[in-house]
Amino acid sequence: MLLACAKLGRYPTPVLTGVLMSGLSDYLSDELLKALRWLGVATAALWLSGCATPTLQLAALQAQWPAYLPSQAQISNVPFIAQEDYQCGPAALAMAAQHAGVQRDMATWVEQVYVPARQGALQSEMLAASRRNGLPAYTLAPRIDALLREVAAGNPVLVLQNLGLAWSPVWHYAVVIGFDQTQGTVTLHSGRTASMPMPLTTFDRTWARAERWAMVALAPQRLPATAQADAYVASVVALERVQPAAAQTAYATALRTWPAHRIALMGAGNSAYALGQLVAAQQAYRAAAQAYPQDGDAWNNLAQVLLDTGQHRAALEAAQRAVAAGGKRAVQYQNLLQEIVSKTPTSQ
Amino acid sequence: MKNTLKRVIASILIFCTATLCMHGTSFAGIVSTDEVQTSQNASANIDKLNIFLARDDVQRGLLSQGVDPDAARARVAALTDVEAAELAGRVDKAPAGGSALGVIFTIFLVLLITDILGWTKVFPFTRSIK
Repeated sequence: MLLACAKLGRYPTPVLTGVLMSGLSDYLSDELLKALRWLGVATAALWLSGCATPTLQLAALQAQWPAYLPSQAQISNVPFIAQEDYQCGPAALAMAAQHAGVQRDMATWVEQVYVPARQGALQSEMLAASRRNGLPAYTLAPRIDALLREVAAGNPVLVLQNLGLAWSPVWHYAVVIGFDQTQGTVTLHSGRTASMPMPLTTFDRTWARAERWAMVALAPQRLPATAQADAYVASVVALERVQPAAAQTAYATALRTWPAHRIALMGAGNSAYALGQLVAAQQAYRAAAQAYPQDGDAWNNLAQVLLDTGQHRAALEAAQRAVAAGGKRAVQYQNLLQEIVSKTPTSQ
Repeated sequence: MKNTLKRVIASILIFCTATLCMHGTSFAGIVSTDEVQTSQNASANIDKLNIFLARDDVQRGLLSQGVDPDAARARVAALTDVEAAELAGRVDKAPAGGSALGVIFTIFLVLLITDILGWTKVFPFTRSIK
């Protein structure tokens, strides 16, 4: 029986159930029958005690619906892509990416995240594949209010659920595209079902069983609604490894909201430098050095770009500031200073 | 034992050659954003080796799980150091969305009931009582 994100469509569940149910007692041992009876009693007890109770987190949310959340939201333009067997990861990524303006064929997503023998996709590879395609992958705080806030802001959220139980997991990726407080539901593009409503309590249980893992893959011009400065910038640093041009845009996005973020300033400089935009790189390093005069890295990188553009005197000054600042890369600063000294014409 | 030792030595040698090569292609005087971000780290050189070994481990993990060699190389390169370190030794165990479930009959019943109770959502044909 392979289900959900697993093998879909072709399993004969009703047939199988019928076969198993008919003449059941003939084929089952006494022990098993006893176990089943016990199970029935236990289930009835749980049922009576009112079991589909929300988790603590969800109960808190429902007790006091936050003012910043509308009572319902629906992102209408998220394309639905039905998954192939086991390939909910690639399908979920494809939907989120397409909504962010990145179109790739399924084969590309499969090649980038699918692990054949595991018949699934790993979380870190979902993040990495998003970045490889120019989208910063931002992992949300593991809270239901954070997830709903992103959806309310129009950002589809990619979630990992464990549709089964902790000891018998059924891992599944889906995309949350809406919610409704009065109905008590979330809407998911999931498996082979578009816009599937699911009770919020059930969703939250299956999601909590996957440690409430959620990510957004938004265009680099767009800041997630719940973005925290350091975490967002860290996601852009990861993006810079593989897509410096997209990272440059995302650093600019971060700096619009957090204009003095040290790592974002340095990243803006480094991504520009990697793209050969030396004037832009110089501006960013200069801004970083002015905002953080004790930061040797900023002065060092400024010195390098000044040297590259033939501004030897200014480069010399910047390199001296780096050496004066010192720190764990003092040797590297010193080397650059020596290089600048050796390249500076004596007439200057 | 001997093989493990050989592999470690080989890995270190590959690492040294790889870092020598990388040195030529990176921007000599520039401090990378990665380095800026992880400046707190005191033992950078040891960490680099660990991270290299972690990446090597993840790549071998992906290969053994059926990923094509070229794809595996590119995929490992796209991971951050932290992601690679977290995934090392766990490619065969970490949650993989989409994995199959061989449900034996008892588990099927349990899941059917829990589905109906709204605890789980394994079966597309169930509707929870809530």
